[in-house]
Amino acid sequence: MTINLTLLLVMGVMFAVGIYLMLERSLTRVLLGIILISNGVNLLILQTAGRAGLSPLVRDGVAADEYFDPLPQALLLTAIVIAFALVAFMLALIYRSWVLARQDEVTDDEEDRRVAAAVGAYDPEEDAEVGTETSEFIDTMDPATGSIRAVDPAERNAEAGAESSEAEQRKAGES
Amino acid sequence: MEPNLIEFVPLAVLLPFFGAAFAFAFYRNQATQKAITIGTLIITVILEIVLLAEIWHSGAHAVNLAGWPAPFGISMVIDRFSALMLVVSSIITLAVLLYAVGQGAAEEKNDAGPVSIFYPTYLILVAGVSNAFLAGDLFNLYVGFEIFLTASYVLLTLGGGEVRIRAGVTYVVVSILSSMLFLITIGLVYAATGTVNLADIALKVGELDHGVQLMLHVMLLVAFGIKAAVFPLAFWLPDSYPTAPAPVTAVFAGLLTKVGIYAMIRTETLLFPGERINTALMIVAALTMIVGILGALAQADIKRMLSFTLISHIGYLVFGLALSSIIGMAATIYYVAHHITIQTTLFLVTGLIERRAGSSNVDRLGGLARISPVLAVLFFIPAMNLAGIPPFSGFVGKLGMMQGGIAENTWITWTLVVASVATSLLTLLAVARIWARGFWRKAEDVENPERILVQKSLAHARAANKRLLPATMVAPTAALVALSLAFTVLAGPLMNFSRAAAQDMYERTPYLEAVLGEERVDSVREDLLEFTQGHIIDLDTGDDGADEFAPVRTSLQPDMETDVKGSTSVDEYDAAVDQGGQD
Repeated sequence: MTINLTLLLVMGVMFAVGIYLMLERSLTRVLLGIILISNGVNLLILQTAGRAGLSPLVRDGVAADEYFDPLPQALLLTAIVIAFALVAFMLALIYRSWVLARQDEVTDDEEDRRVAAAVGAYDPEEDAEVGTETSEFIDTMDPATGSIRAVDPAERNAEAGAESSEAEQRKAGES
Repeated sequence: MEPNLIEFVPLAVLLPFFGAAFAFAFYRNQATQKAITIGTLIITVILEIVLLAEIWHSGAHAVNLAGWPAPFGISMVIDRFSALMLVVSSIITLAVLLYAVGQGAAEEKNDAGPVSIFYPTYLILVAGVSNAFLAGDLFNLYVGFEIFLTASYVLLTLGGGEVRIRAGVTYVVVSILSSMLFLITIGLVYAATGTVNLADIALKVGELDHGVQLMLHVMLLVAFGIKAAVFPLAFWLPDSYPTAPAPVTAVFAGLLTKVGIYAMIRTETLLFPGERINTALMIVAALTMIVGILGALAQADIKRMLSFTLISHIGYLVFGLALSSIIGMAATIYYVAHHITIQTTLFLVTGLIERRAGSSNVDRLGGLARISPVLAVLFFIPAMNLAGIPPFSGFVGKLGMMQGGIAENTWITWTLVVASVATSLLTLLAVARIWARGFWRKAEDVENPERILVQKSLAHARAANKRLLPATMVAPTAALVALSLAFTVLAGPLMNFSRAAAQDMYERTPYLEAVLGEERVDSVREDLLEFTQGHIIDLDTGDDGADEFAPVRTSLQPDMETDVKGSTSVDEYDAAVDQGGQD
């Protein structure tokens, strides 16, 4: 089977960048990662057809292997449509998440944290609050409600620090 | 060929789709929507029961859509296993739908949103699941997965509240990733074999290099493993499922992971038979069981605890699959059907508990057995069933798997048998804790009880039952409990059926013949039979320690009576069992 080297390289780069982006906490970047990976997959399926050939319309006197294999393109079209719908849905979810919580991040599961706190598990590397703010719109007006939500990053850090020291105190009290 | 009832197989997918379209057309009128949805599902259930009755004796059958012969066209294949899964899944979805109608999940007030989409989306979910069960080629399987996953994204984030969006994002991203992996594998399979038809791949994959085979095999398993929530790939599940409305969680827990398991079993038996990675699968199965159930013990919320037991019991299914013997596979098929029912029932009951008590956190529950004995019974039976207490169906399924493990008699299967016993006991501990805290202790003993549980008198509390536990919700739940009991009562015939299904799957000739036609299979029949007998099935489970370790002859023992063509029928088993009973 003949493979187009350019397509192969592009596919590899798309997968690599896509996976890197998916590992981020910011949802928008995760979405970009998904888009890249899905297009990488599309390229992969495209390549399974092999070298380009004659259009697959039956003609007399043409051997079967001279035609182009049309099936991967049929699969590809379906895959594109599905990926398109999913990306649109993800975008809606991200927008909703931003409208509701003003954040563009994957948050920790509350029950997980509760269970972790109940057994006193605290790993500073994993659980320490990091006051990062990925949204640039944090101090702007919300078009839906008209309210302005201003959060000073230093204040967020201070809040987080208070919470964690409280948890440590509780732990100390128990022991 | 004269028209035959089995030719109506595609209707199992099309009916819900048309139903969804009509339900969507009447989005302004909830009553019409309900009537259309319930009507569609009832017709689907009847159709599928008829199909199962046909398949029960005749075995696998393929329908080539639009008359294009396989492997060029799209074929839908129904065999004993998929027919059973279809019937169980539609009965479950119908019961959950009735429950949802009772609860008014579609018109939830507190999370107001685009509620008119609940019923159409639900039907699309059913169509997708049916499509995945019937798919005769890998790409159609992928499309089936995408149909029901997309519907599940909508159902999970229904209403769009903050918690559900947060849970939904995790779920959607993980599901998309697993779908991408699946799609990559399809591309690679096509590049390697030049076909996506399952039966055709089954014949061609053997010619490939061993390394390539192994890569395709493992990639498929990883893609399905994420969907089925097998141990290292399961952590998305407990974070996302419990946030959805009770009926939605119930149908997700019952069906979606089982479709992943179905796909694993199908590809494992049809495309990559053999014992190549069985040891790895068994290690994964043991870890799934143990880690899942330990997670369940740490939870206080009933829904989350049940989500963890769901993961844990997926381990049993992987164990049965990894045994690669008819006895193990028969138990797995039986256990899948049992587990779909039981897990759905438990989530529905949890929905009732949450409704009656205002919380599903066991630390805040108490005295429910006194307040509502009906609820207590509805919880107790499936809970004991989940833990595998005899004589319930969970016990029968687990017993079958352990017998398979003991018959194989290697260190890893013995480890698995020990692990499954331990998991069973820990499951009992987990559900017993819910029982002891939520139902058995007095409401006064609870430290911080829900206010609704503390009533002036028993009469007051019982009066509230009527309002909080309407018959329209209790009845479907009770019906599912009855269904789970029916699995126990009908364990004999069902086990025989599962065994016939398992034998069909390992022999592979019935499936291949149905799809590709007899002539095509004849050329390789010898090889297939040889492979089946030489490699996979421990045809004679009587020796190799089985007599020593499992001397009791039960109806689970496989009777290997295969006729010349390699096909079997249920009747022979029945006859054999009857004779065994008379001896």
